[in-house]
Amino acid sequence: MSSVGGGLDLRGANPEGALRLAEEVVRLASAAGAGEAEALVIAGDSALTRFANSEIHQNVASSEVYINLRVAQGRRVGVASTGRIDAEGLRAVVERAVAIAGAVEELDDWAGLPPAGAGPRTPLASAWADGTATFTPEQRAAGARAVIAAADAAGVTAFGSFSMDAEAVAVASSTGIRAAERRTSSQLLTVTMGPDGGSGYAEQCSVDATRIDAAAIGREAAERARVTANPVDLAPGDYQVVLNPYAVSDITDMLGYLGFSALAVAEDRSFFEAGRRVGSDLVTITDDGTDPDGFPAGFDAEGVAKQRLVLLDRGVCRDLAYDQQTAARAHRASTGHGLPAPNPYGPFPTNMAMAPGDASLDELIGGMERGLLVTRFHYTNPVHGKRVVITGMTRDGTFLVEGGRIVGPVRNLRFTMSYLDALAGVEAVSRERRCIKGMMGGAVVPALRIGAFTFTGATAAG
Amino acid sequence: MRDLTSRALDTATALGATYADVRVVRRIEESIQIKSTRVEGVSAGETEGFGIRVLVDGAWGFAASHNLTTAEADRVAAEAVRIARASATTTRLRVTLDNRPPAHGRYETPCVEDPFGIPLDRKIGDLLAADRALNNVKGIAWTESIYAAQREWKTFAASDGSFTEQVITHIGAGLEANAIDGDEHQRRSYPDNGGLWASAGYEHVRAMDLVGNAERAASEAVELLTAPPLPAGTRTILLHPSQLYMQVHESCGHPTELDRAFGTEASYAGTSFLTPDMLNGFRYGSDLCDIVADATVPAGLGTFGWDDEGVAAQQVALVKEGMFVGYLSSRETAPRIGRQSGGAMRADGWNRIPLIRMTNVNLLPKPGMSFDDIVADTDDGLLFETNRSWSIDDRRLNFQFGTEICREVKGGKVGRLFRNGTYTGITYELWRSMDAVGDASSWRMWGTPNCGKGEPGQTGHVGHGVSGARFRNVRVGVSS
Repeated sequence: MSSVGGGLDLRGANPEGALRLAEEVVRLASAAGAGEAEALVIAGDSALTRFANSEIHQNVASSEVYINLRVAQGRRVGVASTGRIDAEGLRAVVERAVAIAGAVEELDDWAGLPPAGAGPRTPLASAWADGTATFTPEQRAAGARAVIAAADAAGVTAFGSFSMDAEAVAVASSTGIRAAERRTSSQLLTVTMGPDGGSGYAEQCSVDATRIDAAAIGREAAERARVTANPVDLAPGDYQVVLNPYAVSDITDMLGYLGFSALAVAEDRSFFEAGRRVGSDLVTITDDGTDPDGFPAGFDAEGVAKQRLVLLDRGVCRDLAYDQQTAARAHRASTGHGLPAPNPYGPFPTNMAMAPGDASLDELIGGMERGLLVTRFHYTNPVHGKRVVITGMTRDGTFLVEGGRIVGPVRNLRFTMSYLDALAGVEAVSRERRCIKGMMGGAVVPALRIGAFTFTGATAAG
Repeated sequence: MRDLTSRALDTATALGATYADVRVVRRIEESIQIKSTRVEGVSAGETEGFGIRVLVDGAWGFAASHNLTTAEADRVAAEAVRIARASATTTRLRVTLDNRPPAHGRYETPCVEDPFGIPLDRKIGDLLAADRALNNVKGIAWTESIYAAQREWKTFAASDGSFTEQVITHIGAGLEANAIDGDEHQRRSYPDNGGLWASAGYEHVRAMDLVGNAERAASEAVELLTAPPLPAGTRTILLHPSQLYMQVHESCGHPTELDRAFGTEASYAGTSFLTPDMLNGFRYGSDLCDIVADATVPAGLGTFGWDDEGVAAQQVALVKEGMFVGYLSSRETAPRIGRQSGGAMRADGWNRIPLIRMTNVNLLPKPGMSFDDIVADTDDGLLFETNRSWSIDDRRLNFQFGTEICREVKGGKVGRLFRNGTYTGITYELWRSMDAVGDASSWRMWGTPNCGKGEPGQTGHVGHGVSGARFRNVRVGVSS
């Protein structure tokens, strides 16, 4: 197979190579008669070491390239993608995109591609760490062994994964967008389980894999599994709760998925109305691609620079995420939250953060007269999207708290609860926050104490 | 292709692999999305590459690349071996595989009308006509109609001499009408939420009669806005096939995955309450409950010639007359319970390892009554139709489902409509309460094209054949 341009080297997350490839695809599309053309290139390496029953059982790596080409002929838009970078592959992807644009009906409000000025000024250096890009299978195995050793010491068994991604992302367009950046991410997570029904969880994410403290993550999860042995039944009902950041990240995820998108608002399926109060004064949620505590990204899939958004300002709806098309429909500029075209979900805030409070986790727990401390949620799903009513289970550590002190572990409970009502009931927020990998991107979130949370069922012992 | 597969296997074994396999996969996809009569998105995708899986010192390694050259095969094979050696530093239980015979041959999904051979404008026209029909109904806020097709050319070769070639085609389409009043948002889809999927050609889409069913679906969406919420209680419930297949998927398909039972999915989706010591001794459901994993049934999303370990497609009993009797399994896991692989290892493309996945997990029909007959046989119950939400705990015991439609059944007649219908329970308690299953006239294949599993994440396409069933004493009407 011959690579385009005499052999672009896309290995090692090379943003210059990715940008040259994007420019070449745009040139080929223009030569094929496309009125407008935009190419997104993502090229890189990923690897994941997975362990279960305290041994590595799956261990994988891959090198991948993704090219997404959007062309417009007047108001007719076609999209094609490919994983091939040989001349024939590029010719074929251009041919498919142009053919689609020739076959579809006009989009009467097609916004056109973003203008050159919407692109980023400089690549975001904080998005990359050499330590992740050069992280080896042996280093990942060492991380797994550190978690396993902590589990062994506590008499429990470890399950989990240690993953890393290093990629070059580039966007070029016929309107003059030129954006290129290299990004890394890594995540270590573990579930630990004991012989008497105890289970625990811990997770750490970072741009730099070498900053992940595997032993500490192992100890955190193992201790949780040890103290959750022999959980007891608890009747469902309304309880005051403290949600660990692992659980809080599900709230930000669902709000992003169901509500903070301009398309969701345009289709009247979102709770969001600018100026509407949905949370307590203690809840501020932002989206910031430059936040070094998350997974930074300087631009979106359309090559538009990411703007900082204040999605909820002390409980009140303020900003929305826009891409080029939804922004044009609202007669404003994109905020840099577009996903690869065609995008039925609309724009998405991929770098959310919830503002910290001033309490320690112990103080949050100490403020509960009778309630539950929840480690994380499992298999959540919207029951009613517009009201953000979600159902799901607790998992890996649910504790009864009485008089401000942890009494002991309880069996997992099912909740069916509006996350908007949960935010309205926030009584206290922790100082400490964690970056948790979510549905798309990551979220930096604290622990929360909430006045009432509705549990509607419990799991069985069998 | 043999040059590349042979090179990959030779390099891997020369570097110390005691077993190796390689898959070379090319996948093409096409999708159409229409919103409120506007063609919002049409795309076509192509991806190709290869993945090498090796066993070294009793431990697994896997590496994959998009670059289909023999030089890259050498590099990737070496990387897979290096990764396996890193895995072996933690080994407590060495991997051993069952002794399936080497696989040889070719399989192709039967397609009457090749979906990739039909002009794009004709497919857009078919979908647009249906979407316009949805919009003929007054009170609809917006509509969405989708079509998608995927074809995969897959070559599998293994160090035991296996060599198979398969061409698998999957296709799906569907309509969705949305009605909104204040904060009440109701959706009605046809034939299924997210489209009805099958391994088939474009004849599958034609058979749906999308245009002919659009107005009814849209009218039901509007009707739902003013329907009362479902009151809480304990009721007899009737699960229409469009919901029953999801109940099978979540509460039988996933818990009978043997990797979950052994804990190897614990860090992501969880484990299973169906542990190996319960085989042949645990009552999972009533006597009417016969559930089979069948990779040979026509049109299923889990239908193929061989799985991604080269094990031939077959039928495996999971639940027989209510007793738990079998698992979905692999060459590595099956010997641990004294069995041969049931052929359920499937990978989501060239860059992912095969995992134990559902094939087609089917609740077998029972002679006697069609599903309509069962409804007519019910004095007082609720009919749940078309899945809207789903959730189940990490051992697959406590579930809660919501459906688009919930109608009262009184004296055998379908009547009053409720909105936001939900039901909840414990898996084995529900299946033990099943007292009627529809006959073959109500039985058909349904598909789940979005089944998530594994790290890194994989999306599986799996099938379910069901005919509808009745359950007693089920808790309904859970709401916040």
